[in-house]
Amino acid sequence: MGVIAVAGLTRITGWVFDVVSELQKRANPVKPPLLDILAPSSLAEALSLLSEHGDAAMPLAGGQSLVPLLNFRLSRPDILVDLNRIANLAYIKDVGDQIAIGAMTRERAIEESDLVRQVSPLLQEATTQIAHLPIRSRGTIGGSLANADPAAEYPAVVLALECEIVVQSVRGERRIKAADFFEDILTTALAPDELLTEITVPKAPVGSGSAFVEIARRHGDYALAGVAAQITFANGAPTDVRLAVCGAGTTASRLTVAEEIIQRYGVGAEAIKAASDAAAASVDPMSDLHASADYRRRLAGVMTSQAVEKAAQRAGVRS
Amino acid sequence: MKAPRSVSLTVNGDALSGDASPRMLFSDFLRDVLGKTGTHVGCEHGVCGACTVIVDGVAVRSCLMFAVQAEGADVKTVEGLADGDELHPLQKLFSEHRALQCGYCTPGMLMIAIDLVNSSDSLSEQDIKVGMSAALCRCTGYEGIIKAVAAYAEQVHGKPIKRENDNG
Repeated sequence: MGVIAVAGLTRITGWVFDVVSELQKRANPVKPPLLDILAPSSLAEALSLLSEHGDAAMPLAGGQSLVPLLNFRLSRPDILVDLNRIANLAYIKDVGDQIAIGAMTRERAIEESDLVRQVSPLLQEATTQIAHLPIRSRGTIGGSLANADPAAEYPAVVLALECEIVVQSVRGERRIKAADFFEDILTTALAPDELLTEITVPKAPVGSGSAFVEIARRHGDYALAGVAAQITFANGAPTDVRLAVCGAGTTASRLTVAEEIIQRYGVGAEAIKAASDAAAASVDPMSDLHASADYRRRLAGVMTSQAVEKAAQRAGVRS
Repeated sequence: MKAPRSVSLTVNGDALSGDASPRMLFSDFLRDVLGKTGTHVGCEHGVCGACTVIVDGVAVRSCLMFAVQAEGADVKTVEGLADGDELHPLQKLFSEHRALQCGYCTPGMLMIAIDLVNSSDSLSEQDIKVGMSAALCRCTGYEGIIKAVAAYAEQVHGKPIKRENDNG
């Protein structure tokens, strides 16, 4: 009798619980934490909101990484400052030997830009490998850089190309070298009141070839490892070698030892093998659900040799 | 300030509005507030593609947007494809090529395919495979989906798509 009563009570309690949680779900069918969204229409207004709210506020660019981070409660701002209503933060401008890209420029606009294709094929190729078309429709270059995911493509590209990152706050403007921008996993040199507003990308030199190669378990997933390469040649010999890796450490990083090997010994098979080994030895990847540290290290080496070969072929130096 | 606010937008040509608290995702707003349940919600963090809709001309994940961000937007969902009982050409091709089984991913697949095909004037079979990898299907094995989208691309572009066994 007692057993039956307990079973009945359990069933009723379970039923009440189901009904209550279903009602809660309907009343509040959302995953992100409670927050407010402010949508300024000018940069000045956005900067003053970030200054006013400090750590409690976060800029919302394309949201393609931030919304999942909010859902998972890995990020819990009280206020999102939505940058999508600020018209003059999305542009690609030709400024002499560089191009200037507004932080809110969508990845899709970069992918489709004739100017980018002509003057920075590395940036263009890397962009086509970011996630999927609907993600690139909204994802922005500024958002990707500020998010500083170690497996993302853009941090490796801006390191390889030695881009400058322009940030603004009510205190003024600073220009940060890409090499000084990425500090740790999802951590940059940006202060809480600062907004990344522009990226300047040096044009690819005459005689250069580039390649962005990455490997992922499924097309469009974050790379297990990826390498950005831009190599300038004169009379068949490398004069300037830029290699950067993503997915193989807490931040994207330059592969300086591999660069030196290619610079000194060229792009023959032996030099590429040595550079590939040096790249693998120089990275410090983490093990996670997707791949072990050892496997990522191997991949960093393989991606290095593929990127160098492709870049050299495109420069017309290797067949 | 976290109170619901009114969001006005155009969905499939109709001016609509509804209330959304700032944290409400656009996917939930479409389904639960506007009653447009044709848009499906799968993973709710941008991986599966089931919730893909067209916003201001481009395919986006509606679960990676806040409802309040859709203020003033021109949105197209799967409900806007058919003309009465007359299916959209891509829907007919999905039927002909057995491109769906349970159908859960189909609304997202359709919206992605429409953007993919209409934003280009030429696609190869590989382009279609890469483009359609933006959404997950757990039933079909993708063959039918690729065939249907390839046939749609041929209709829209007025020329055969480049197959993998073609030279060059």
